[in-house]
Amino acid sequence: MTALLESVAFNEEGFLLNPNDWTPELAQEIAAQEGIELTDKHWEIINFCREKGLETGAAPTLRQITKGTGISTKELFALFPKGPAKKVAKIAGLGKPEGCV
Amino acid sequence: MSEENRKIAFICSKGDLDMAYPALIMGWAALGNGIDVTIFFTFWGLDLITKKRVDKLEIAPVANTSFKFSLMGLPTGNLGIPNIMGILPGMTAFASWFMKKKIEEMDVPPVREYLEMLHDAGAKLYGCKMTVDMFGLKEEDFLPVVDGVVTAGDFMDMTEGAQIVFI
Repeated sequence: MTALLESVAFNEEGFLLNPNDWTPELAQEIAAQEGIELTDKHWEIINFCREKGLETGAAPTLRQITKGTGISTKELFALFPKGPAKKVAKIAGLGKPEGCV
Repeated sequence: MSEENRKIAFICSKGDLDMAYPALIMGWAALGNGIDVTIFFTFWGLDLITKKRVDKLEIAPVANTSFKFSLMGLPTGNLGIPNIMGILPGMTAFASWFMKKKIEEMDVPPVREYLEMLHDAGAKLYGCKMTVDMFGLKEEDFLPVVDGVVTAGDFMDMTEGAQIVFI
């Protein structure tokens, strides 16, 4: 754990407790922990999720992400391998996605 | 953390509109959580992957004890659609239209689009060889997202170590 990761609180599933603690630097470190190096495409998704999440109070579902960003399902799963639903929300500092689609 | 990735497999044996969704929704949730997904379509479940049928799945109110008037937002409590009404021409079409509207309102995609999402997310979709032959279906009858037609034995080989859900 880096000093930055230690300075903020996560719940037992690894989601940031307070979305206001989120910073782009923190996102980078959470992503690194998940084994993901963030590119511009990743940021496009993260920024969309931040915006949506803060507006609605809930992490967007995968379908909302693909519809909202125009990024295909295939690409989304390639950018965030092995379970983008949780990974995107974690990196974007949002809670666990509640929607089913 | 175990080395081997968690795997789940669904056997879809029903072609009704309401029975099409459980595997799609749970499969999508599994993929979102990094779990490998395989879906085997057999018997009436083949309707879900058949080009001519996938957009025409229906739900019949006859003998469906869960189909209550209250689904339509009417304050009718436990009052169901009487079977004698359910047999009237157009009732199945009405119920299907109504259910599709409800599904759309939840922002849940139609079956065809859902299968494309699952395929793009890495799910493997197979038709059951025996029932494909029995119904006289051919490879070109199936949606392009289908990975192939396999035997029950092949399915068992492919899903070694998977949790299997029969629908």
